[in-house]
Amino acid sequence: MATVPRTTNAKVPTLSSTKNVDLRMGHPRGSSMHNLPGRFGVYGGRYVPETLMAALDELEREYEKATRDKKFQVKLDELLRTYAGRPTPLTFAGRLTRKLGGAKIYLKREDLLHTGAHKINNCLGQALLVERMGKHRVIAETGAGQHGVATATVCALFGFECVVYMGTEDMRRQELNVFRMRLLGAEVRGVDSGSKTLKDAINEAMRDWVTNVRTTHYLLGSVLGAHPYPTMVRDFHRVIGREARAQILKAEGKLPAAVIACVGGGSNAIGAFYEFIKDKKVRLIGVEAGGRGYTLGEHAARFRGGSPGVLQGTYSYVLQDGAGQIATTHSVSAGLDYPSIGPEHASLRDSGRAEYVPASDAEALEATTLLARTEGIIPALESAHAVAEVMKRAPKMKKSDVVIVNISGRGDKDIGILRENLKID
Amino acid sequence: MPLTFYKKPALVVYVTCGDPDLVTTREIILAAIEAGADVIELGVPFSDPVADGPVIQRASERALKGGACLSQVLTLAAEVRQHSQSAGLIVFSYLNPILRLGVEKFCKVARHAGVDGVLLTDLPVEEASEYLEAMRANDLAPIFLAAPTSPDARLKKIAEASQGFVYVVSRTGVTGARQNLADDAKQLVRRLRRVTKLPIAVGFGISTPEQFAETGKFADAVVVGSAIVETIERNRGREAEAVAEFVGKFCSRQLQKA
Ligand SMILES: Cc1ncc(COP(=O)(O)O)c(C=O)c1O
Repeated sequence: MATVPRTTNAKVPTLSSTKNVDLRMGHPRGSSMHNLPGRFGVYGGRYVPETLMAALDELEREYEKATRDKKFQVKLDELLRTYAGRPTPLTFAGRLTRKLGGAKIYLKREDLLHTGAHKINNCLGQALLVERMGKHRVIAETGAGQHGVATATVCALFGFECVVYMGTEDMRRQELNVFRMRLLGAEVRGVDSGSKTLKDAINEAMRDWVTNVRTTHYLLGSVLGAHPYPTMVRDFHRVIGREARAQILKAEGKLPAAVIACVGGGSNAIGAFYEFIKDKKVRLIGVEAGGRGYTLGEHAARFRGGSPGVLQGTYSYVLQDGAGQIATTHSVSAGLDYPSIGPEHASLRDSGRAEYVPASDAEALEATTLLARTEGIIPALESAHAVAEVMKRAPKMKKSDVVIVNISGRGDKDIGILRENLKID
Repeated sequence: MPLTFYKKPALVVYVTCGDPDLVTTREIILAAIEAGADVIELGVPFSDPVADGPVIQRASERALKGGACLSQVLTLAAEVRQHSQSAGLIVFSYLNPILRLGVEKFCKVARHAGVDGVLLTDLPVEEASEYLEAMRANDLAPIFLAAPTSPDARLKKIAEASQGFVYVVSRTGVTGARQNLADDAKQLVRRLRRVTKLPIAVGFGISTPEQFAETGKFADAVVVGSAIVETIERNRGREAEAVAEFVGKFCSRQLQKA
């Protein structure tokens, strides 16, 4: 298997020798119905069964209206502040900084949000939209269970019926979150097909949506899927970077040299990156799951072994075989264990504005222990991938440099896997 | 072009290619044509069939385990075409395998194989401009789905982009047999007739000769999919025979009526 050349401005890469035609299917349409950018360069779009098209149009319209509605913003801000716990702190990681002996490290503390991860930002936003659309049934997929818990939480808060689809492999490794969802009144439906992980949960959620689309909202948990999801979910997470940028300017009087975040679908990363995109000197670094190695099936590093394709509604990098069948993936972290990546990341990567690197299972586990013992913070295994990258990078940077690492969630949900893998008791 | 419905309603039969293996699929298809199927939908197995219910999901899994892929389906189409000049042949696929092969290359090979039309479940008309160009250049009929949730404005676009026929999804939901057919289908066909003169095929959930006859009262063609795939699943070792018997029930029904 050929690996993707990791140069900036790389042409759309291919896995096999057969020329993969870059289709640029359906360029930005420019019609008045689609004035939100559903495309990020050639990526993105809307590739779903016809049955869902009307619902996506409705969602797009409602979202557009909401963004122009002051009251919507006020309501969302209030919920984020009084319910979710925003703003989250930017913590200077002094002992970690000294230990690594390079750049000054700050942690953006999304782990301190209600329900334990950034996912609640998006769930509150979409819940307000569901209310506006007058729907009462909400479905969601979940990998690590954090998005499922956040969805179950907002459904309890708003009084919606809630069904969460979760791969049975993920139910096993994140069983605490399964119980939390049920405690919150959600129905958790196990998905036994494919690799029994996030991708399969999305398939099943889409099947439910196709069937019940008239009454149901699909509360998608990352910057994935058909337009308008990648744009909308990004916007609900932009608050992460907006806060972090103001906080670092206040604390250090300058912008960071780099912002580092883990990338599953890419919602916490795009949220952390977005306000810095215009600051050309700030390096944006996304960390994918390197898993156990770089054979197809052993990792979820889409920019390592993937090529452009369509999965679950969007055109982006996909881990696939030569015949266009989607590959299985592996990561110790359920939230990063997915064969595609948000289309905006594909565009940022092709343009060279952001760079993407892998961190292995072992590196993430080591990073978890290090952060726990130097800072008293147990990160989610997903976030630990970002910590693993700062461990490699900070020592090579100047002491005057500042780095922000997004701690997208806390590690409580991972205690079972950590016990299995770390063997410290 | 064989995408003409000679009898009303015409019978469109869906099979997942490569389930249980490609040689058997060819036998099944030829038996179905022999028994009276007018059009065959050659289902390309896909790892993530989001529009399909459990029956076709299982069939896709079996086919993929056996190593079936798009290029083999196209080879199969050519073989079927050698044996039957009259049957309509439609490739029924998710988009990604087509992208991987390359849309233009796919269209060329498909035309060469004697395929008449293509239906891509997850490619709505808005995203289809370049696909449509390649299809047109190769004289292939693009067939689009119309759903009960499609508003009239979309139906118009769908009808304009389609050739051969328009495929009406009888109800919201994934593929799979249902006891009752909703009123959705009839209404949708009525709405669609207002914007197109193309023939209309109705599918999703039709599994019995009774439903076939019922649907045939308002549709030009009726698609039977999951019920065929289930027949294949249940009749290991005698798949072609079983499918011929099954198809025969639909076609004799027609004869009785005539
Ligand atoms: C704590 C945490 N971080 C990151 C992710 C990955 O998602 P995304 O890339 O959309 O931020 C998840 C997903 O479950 C998560 O729970």
